[in-house]
Amino acid sequence: MATYIPNTKDEQQSMLREIGYQSFDDLFHDVPKEARVQGELDLPEGKSELEVRRIMEGMAEKNFVFDTILRGAGSYNHYVPAAVNEIADKEEFLTAYTPYQAEISQGILQSIFEYQTMIAELTGMEVANASLYDGASAAAEACGMCKDRKRSTIYVSDAVDPRILSVVRTYSFGKGTEVKTVKTADGATDLSALKEALAADPQAACFLMQYPNFYGIVEDADAIAAAVHEAGAQLIMSVNPIALGILKTPGEIGADIVVGDGQPLGLGLAFGGPYLGILAASQKNMRKVVGRLIGETVDSQGERGFVLTLQAREQHIRREKASSNICSNQALCALKASIYMSTVGPQGIRQVAELCTSKAHYLAAEFEKIGLKTVYGGEFFHEFVTSCPDADQLLEALEREGILGGLKLSDQEILWCVTELVSKEDMDDTVRIAKEVIGA
Amino acid sequence: MKLIFEKSVPGRGQQIFPECDVAVTLPKVPMRQTAPRLPEISENEMGRHYTELAKRAHGLNDGFYPLGSCTMKHNPRINEQMAALPGFAKLHPLQPEWSLEGALEAIATLEQDLCEITGMDGFTLQPAAGAQGEFTGLLLIKAYHTHRKDDARTEILIPDSAHGTNPASATMAGYKTVEIKSDEKGMVDLEDLKAHLSEKTAGLMLTNPNTVGIFDDNIMEITRLVHEAGGLCYYDGANLNAVVGLVRPGDIGFDVVHLNLHKTFSCPHGGGGPGSGPCGCKKDLVPFLPGRHTGEEGFRREAESIGDMTGFYGNFLVYIKALTYILSLGKEGIPDIARNAVLNANYMMEKLKAYYPVAYDRTCMHEFVLSLEKIHKENHVSALDVAKALLDFGIHPPTMYFPLIVHEALMIEPTETESRETMDGVIDAFIQIYNEIIDNPQAVAASPVTTPVRRLDEVKAAREPVLRYKFGE
Repeated sequence: MATYIPNTKDEQQSMLREIGYQSFDDLFHDVPKEARVQGELDLPEGKSELEVRRIMEGMAEKNFVFDTILRGAGSYNHYVPAAVNEIADKEEFLTAYTPYQAEISQGILQSIFEYQTMIAELTGMEVANASLYDGASAAAEACGMCKDRKRSTIYVSDAVDPRILSVVRTYSFGKGTEVKTVKTADGATDLSALKEALAADPQAACFLMQYPNFYGIVEDADAIAAAVHEAGAQLIMSVNPIALGILKTPGEIGADIVVGDGQPLGLGLAFGGPYLGILAASQKNMRKVVGRLIGETVDSQGERGFVLTLQAREQHIRREKASSNICSNQALCALKASIYMSTVGPQGIRQVAELCTSKAHYLAAEFEKIGLKTVYGGEFFHEFVTSCPDADQLLEALEREGILGGLKLSDQEILWCVTELVSKEDMDDTVRIAKEVIGA
Repeated sequence: MKLIFEKSVPGRGQQIFPECDVAVTLPKVPMRQTAPRLPEISENEMGRHYTELAKRAHGLNDGFYPLGSCTMKHNPRINEQMAALPGFAKLHPLQPEWSLEGALEAIATLEQDLCEITGMDGFTLQPAAGAQGEFTGLLLIKAYHTHRKDDARTEILIPDSAHGTNPASATMAGYKTVEIKSDEKGMVDLEDLKAHLSEKTAGLMLTNPNTVGIFDDNIMEITRLVHEAGGLCYYDGANLNAVVGLVRPGDIGFDVVHLNLHKTFSCPHGGGGPGSGPCGCKKDLVPFLPGRHTGEEGFRREAESIGDMTGFYGNFLVYIKALTYILSLGKEGIPDIARNAVLNANYMMEKLKAYYPVAYDRTCMHEFVLSLEKIHKENHVSALDVAKALLDFGIHPPTMYFPLIVHEALMIEPTETESRETMDGVIDAFIQIYNEIIDNPQAVAASPVTTPVRRLDEVKAAREPVLRYKFGE
C-alpha cells in the first residue's frame, strides 16, 4: 500500500499520548458511534506505486489515440509547443493555492495579470478576468452578467454549439430565466429573425453568438452587433481564440462581453478537460465581471506588485449577494495559455490561424471534387459542414485507417475541422478513402 | 520584476509552425486591423521570466502550507505522470465509444469508488470545481422538488459558519438563503434550526466537520429534523479530509454531496485551479444528474437530467489523478488520511493554545481556529500581522478572518502529510512571533521584510483598478 503520511505508527501513538488521548478511537470521541463506518469500506486494498502504474497504464492503453484528427466541435487538436508543459509543470505553479497571500504569491499573481493582458489584446477588449472553468460555463456566466430587473431574457443563436446552449440552459434553470433561441438561415444567425425577436421583447438582456459559429461560419458580427445594440441588449461573443489571430476582433466589432474556450491555446484535447473559460469585457462591464481579477498596485516601499482585487463582487465577501459562486478557477490552464501566446507571439498566432483556415479550405475543395458538397454558403474559418451519402459508413472507414473524421450532425451531414497538425498528405488520404467509400 | 511585455523586443520570437503545405486561402471576411501585442521573446528569455515568477510563488515543497479548509496536502508525483499518459491526454471528447474503453472504465471506477466512500448511489464528475459541485447539488434538489410538484420550497438553510460559496450557490440556484446560528460550542443551534424549518425549506447545506473544525455530534438529529420538514440535506465535502473512510455522508442522513478532489483526493491546486468538484446523490436524485455518467445500464444520460455543467466530462485529467490516489491508498489507506489529519491538527492546537487562544477549546477535527481578538485588543497586533510575520519564516499563513463568526481568526489545517518535526518547527515560529508580540509589536506589524514585495496597497488596487498592462499608453 502506498502512503503519503510521514509519521510512523509509533510516532502517531506517541503524539496521541502526548496530547492526552489513549487511541484514535478516543481522538474521534466527538463522532457518535452510529455515525461511524462499521468495518471497512468496500474498496480494493491499497497498492504500491508500481502496481498502480500498471493498472493505470493498462486503462490508458485500452483507449485508441487517433493519429489524424478532423474533428473539432469544441475541442481542437493543436500543436502544444514544448515550453508550455515544461514551464507550467514547475511545482511552484502546479501546487500553489489561490494567491490569497500576495507577498509570497507575486509569481502567480503576475502571471495571471499577464494572462489578463494577453486575452484583452487578443479579443480587443478592455478587461479580462483570471479565468473560468470552460467556454460553455463562461458563456452561461456572461449571460448572467447581462441580466437585471428590467432585462432578463437570454437570446442564443441556434448556430451556437449545442453543448454551450445546454450549459446556458442549466445555469438558467435555478432562477427560471428564460432562454430563447434565434433560428439560423444557411448555417448562420438569421438576422431578420434576430431583429424581430429583439424588437418584440423589451426584456431582452443579451444575445449570445459564436464566432466562428458551430458550423465554422464567420458570421456577420458587425450587423448582429448593430441589431443587438439597436434593441438595447448586450452582445456576447463566444470566440475561438485561434481564429482571432486573423479575424476582426470583438473589440473592433463592439461586443460587450467575450467568452470562449482557451483550450486551443496549448491545452491539448484531454478528453474534454481541464480546459479554460475565457471572459473579457468592455470597460463599462468591468465591475460586473465574475470571477477573480488581478490588479496592479504598489507595496509599502512604492514597488509595483499585484493583488486579487475588486473582491467585493465575490462570494467570500458578498456571500448570497455575490455576482457568482466561483472560487477555484483554471489558473494553471490560464498559465499554459499565457506561455503558449508568449511562445508563438503575434506572428505565430496569425500563422497558426492562417494554417488552419488554408488547410480547411483545401480539404473542403477536395471534398467538393468527389461530391461531398459544402452545405452552407457562408465564409468559414477551420470548420465546415459537408453533405455525405452515409455519414456512419464514411466515418467508420476513416476510423479503420486511424483517422478520426468529422462529427456526424445527421445521417447525411458531417462537421469537419482542420488544424495545423493535419498535413496535405493526411487530407489527400482522407479524400481517397472517402472517394472509395462513396464510390465517386 | 519586469512584466513579460517589458522584455519583448520587436522582431524577436520563436519559430513554432511550418510553412503552409497548401495554398494560403483566407475567408473573405473583415480581418483584425492591428496585431495583438503578445510578447516577442526568445525561448531562453521566456524560460527565465517564468523561472523568476516561480521563485516568487510558494508551492507545497517551499514549506508548510496550513491553509484552513483548503487541505494543502502533498500531491503525489505518480498522479501527474498517470494523467499525462497519451492514452488519456490525447483523447478527443467526441471520439466514438469503441475507442474509449479505458476512459469509460476510469470514469466508472471513480464514480463507484466515490459512491462507496460517501455512501451515495450516483455521481457526476462533470462539475469543474467545488463551487460548481455545490451549484449542481442545489439544482438536483430543485429538480427533485419541482418533479414532485412541491414548488413552494424556496429556502435553503445555511449555518453562519459556512463558506461563502454556499449562499452564493444557493442564490444561483434561485433560492433564498436563511442563515442558521451557531451555538456557543460552534455547532448548529438546534433551536434556531427548528425555528427556521418549514414547508418552505428546500434543504440544508452543511459542512461537517464545520469551518471551526468541529464535528457536529447532533448530526443525526439535524438531518432527521430537515427530512421531517420535507427538505433535503446537502453535504459540503470541503472538509471531508477529517472523516474520509470513517464517516460516510450517506449514512448520516445526507442526500447530496460534493467533493473537492483537489483537497481530499490530492489533486494539485494549480495556483487557483483546475480543481474537480464531483457531485453525488441518493437514488431518488440520480435521475436528475447532469452530463453522462455510469450506472447499472452503462454510460448514459438520464432522462430527467438537469443538463450540463461544463461542455464535456468535466476536468478529466484532474480526476484521473484522484483515481490514481484512491487506487494507491485503498481501503486501509483512506481512513488513515482522516486519522492523521485529525491527529496533526490536535497536536498543533495543543502546543499553540498556551500562546494563542483557540476559538473553541475542545478536541478539533482536521483544523482549528485561533482567535487573536484578545491579543489585538491588548497588544495591537492583528491576525493579519501574525500571518504576515509567518511569511518571514517561509511559512504560508493560515486562512485569515474566516470563519466570520470568530473575530481575528486564523484557521490552521496541517493535513496528514506533514511530519511531526515540520509541525514542531512551525510551532516554534508561532512562539517566536508570540514573544515578539509581547516585546516588540511594531516589528510584527511591519512584517514581512524578506518577501519580494512588502505589504501591498489593496485599497489603491480597488479604487483605481489597473487590470492589464497598458504598453506605456
